[in-house]
Amino acid sequence: MSAADIHLTDAEQHASTALQHHFDNMEQQREAGTLGMWVFLITEIMFFGGLFTAYVLYRTLNAPSFAAASSGLNVKMGAVNTVVLICSSLTMALAVYYAQTGVRRMQLILLLVTWVLGATFLVVKTFEYAEKFEKGHVPWLNFTWNTPEAPEAMPAGANVPAIRMFYWIYFVMTGLHAFHMIIGLGMLGFLIYFAWRGRYTPEYHAPVELGGLYWHFVDIVWIFLFPLLYLLGANLHH
Amino acid sequence: MSAADTPINPMNPAVPGAGATVAQEWRSRFAHTNYINAHYGIKSWLLTKDHKRIALLYLASVTVFFALGGAYAVAIRMELLTPAGDFVQAHTYNKLFTQHGVIMIFFFLIPSIPAVLGNFLVPLMIGAKDLAFPRLNLLSWYIYLVGALFTVWALLNGGIDTGWTFYVPYSTSFSNTYVVAAGLGIFITGFSSILTGLNFIVTIHTMRAPGMTWFRLPLFIWSHYAASLIMVLGTPVIAITVLLVALERLAHIGIFDPRLGGDPVLFQHMFWFYSHPAVYIMVLPSMGVVSEIVATFSRKNIFGYSFVAFSSLAIAVFGFLVWGHHLFTSSQSVYAGMIFSFVSFAVAIPSAVKVFNWTATLYKGSISYDTPMLYALGFIGLFTVGGLTGLFLAALGMDVHLTDTYFIVAHFHYIMVGGALMGYLGGLHYWWPKITGRMYPEGWGRFSALIIFVGFNLTFFPQFLAGYMGMPRRYHAYAEEFQVLNVMSTAGASILGFGLLIPGIYFLWSMRYGKFAPPNPWPATGLEWRTLSPPPTENFASTPIVTWEAYEFRPMEEMEVIGAGPGDTSRPVQPAHGMHSDLTGS
Repeated sequence: MSAADIHLTDAEQHASTALQHHFDNMEQQREAGTLGMWVFLITEIMFFGGLFTAYVLYRTLNAPSFAAASSGLNVKMGAVNTVVLICSSLTMALAVYYAQTGVRRMQLILLLVTWVLGATFLVVKTFEYAEKFEKGHVPWLNFTWNTPEAPEAMPAGANVPAIRMFYWIYFVMTGLHAFHMIIGLGMLGFLIYFAWRGRYTPEYHAPVELGGLYWHFVDIVWIFLFPLLYLLGANLHH
Repeated sequence: MSAADTPINPMNPAVPGAGATVAQEWRSRFAHTNYINAHYGIKSWLLTKDHKRIALLYLASVTVFFALGGAYAVAIRMELLTPAGDFVQAHTYNKLFTQHGVIMIFFFLIPSIPAVLGNFLVPLMIGAKDLAFPRLNLLSWYIYLVGALFTVWALLNGGIDTGWTFYVPYSTSFSNTYVVAAGLGIFITGFSSILTGLNFIVTIHTMRAPGMTWFRLPLFIWSHYAASLIMVLGTPVIAITVLLVALERLAHIGIFDPRLGGDPVLFQHMFWFYSHPAVYIMVLPSMGVVSEIVATFSRKNIFGYSFVAFSSLAIAVFGFLVWGHHLFTSSQSVYAGMIFSFVSFAVAIPSAVKVFNWTATLYKGSISYDTPMLYALGFIGLFTVGGLTGLFLAALGMDVHLTDTYFIVAHFHYIMVGGALMGYLGGLHYWWPKITGRMYPEGWGRFSALIIFVGFNLTFFPQFLAGYMGMPRRYHAYAEEFQVLNVMSTAGASILGFGLLIPGIYFLWSMRYGKFAPPNPWPATGLEWRTLSPPPTENFASTPIVTWEAYEFRPMEEMEVIGAGPGDTSRPVQPAHGMHSDLTGS
């Protein structure tokens, strides 16, 4: 940031009440907000990173068990959710675009569509969790694997403790991801309310951009989770 | 406006009349409206978004936790006075050292310099009105408080005995204490640290005053930037680790449990991935404080500014690659051990760069031995001892002999107390006039600095010897041959504790009775000295435009208060005690 680009006229500086007192101008405020969100997302990567490390370690040690466990996941539901999330990222990106260009109606519609898609994801996820419970694949509550009544994939080298651990990792990772989705829906609700009130203009729409960054991040986490968790055992038969 | 409200000359304060409220008294004692007397009432503090007030909130809370952690240390040293375990039982002793560690590390050392001095000074030093996210800043204090109260609740309900390291499987399967509650406290407090680091990074990137380029930044800012990187990158990992420990303990997920296919060493990796860099969260800000103090009190530009600046970043980067040296005696592969050993030696290089550059700054400087300088010199010596003994431990063979002995305890106390605490105390003295607008009593300051230095060395140096001779850590009883050393250590701890009480008393005293501080009492070069003491809420009367380099000592006339109105020119920028007003240097 050079000294030149922060010197706007007074009129510009005070044009918007959105300018907080400790910033010199909107540009500086927007820059700070964007950088802050990126740094926050980096902390999120490190947070999920601990779990990915655990996943990689135990997958390396228990490859057959993890493949067997993975075959118990519902690839169809996972795939549908992947498509839903990618679409929601598209609508979010478009919402940011229409916020920048100041088309309030489209911005509002696209934010709403994003919210609906996000909620769809969580509904599908709920059905998936319920299915896991019915099949007895929820560790701590009712975990069983490959019982005589319900035969399941058990390739050579697989063992039940490692399969159970896969399900733990599955629930912790997708659970944390779902938690982030819920936060994201709350954030979208906030954005929808203020977009409806006409708060966001081409001059001031930083919250929409920052919300978009967050939404894309949550999407990307899923893009990693889906193949790692679901596709690993897709070639195994139940 | 009552008589007591009338502004009076701070150089010649009248005694306020009887019956004046504390608020009126504060207002009357300063000629200018500043961040302390701008608003009154408990709400104006608890809901403040002013970084300077939040720094004071942190100051109060970390002081409480320092005292609490110190109380545990007193009990530990009492027990170790005699070889037999006679003061407390083994189980109680386990709780004592665990709680001493947890409180001192997570609730005192990690927030101490960044959240108190950093919060206060980062915006002032770069010429900004506040941190980038004032609301997050206040939130971080509340998060800290919630986490701290959670942990205190765990302590009051019976405490924890796992050691501050929470090693599995003891913490997950065997310990019958409040591991989850204390862990959640640490989990929550971690987010306050993340928010502080995030705020600093964004502030330093986006809020610098015009002309304040990266290489004009004070080294305090560079070291806080480096420490913030660690807070932001490391803390989330301890958060997820603690979460997994809680899940393992509550639900037996098996991730760290060998009986369920897990690996306890994974915990050690994840724990130290944060907790080793956390040492640099504690010591890097302290190094920034020392850089400021050494430059000011030797009247010289820091020798090799850019080397010192980049060494902070190098420490932050290398610091993330050395965690495996805590696992030399676990099942870690010997090849991994060799690499970790090598990188641990490498991290000594940027640390040594700092020590040599401070020393070179002193060379031919015009040195004055004021209290902050005594702490800074103490830091340099003690940090060197702590750092060099760290190299013993980074050596694969030596480490096997020294692991889990008092040598380790002595080593990290030289870094954390000799390093981080000395820097914190030095910084607190150095910026006390800026923070409160009052001078602390210099004679008492020097006296207590010396007491603390002597007490510290007497406490911890014997522990090197005891540890080298084989005394294990974390036992409440020990072999008789170690008693002499332990008596020395306990005696030293008493002296250290006494020495630490003195600043506590005179700081409180000075807030009411101390001499009024001029804007630039030392005099020093940073932007924070170019505003009034205490600073106004907006920090500077007008946005500073920086046209000078860092640590550029110039005649006093050129270093007056920025944006000072005609009313302020009557106040001379005077050195506090007997310093030359000519600052052109050597």
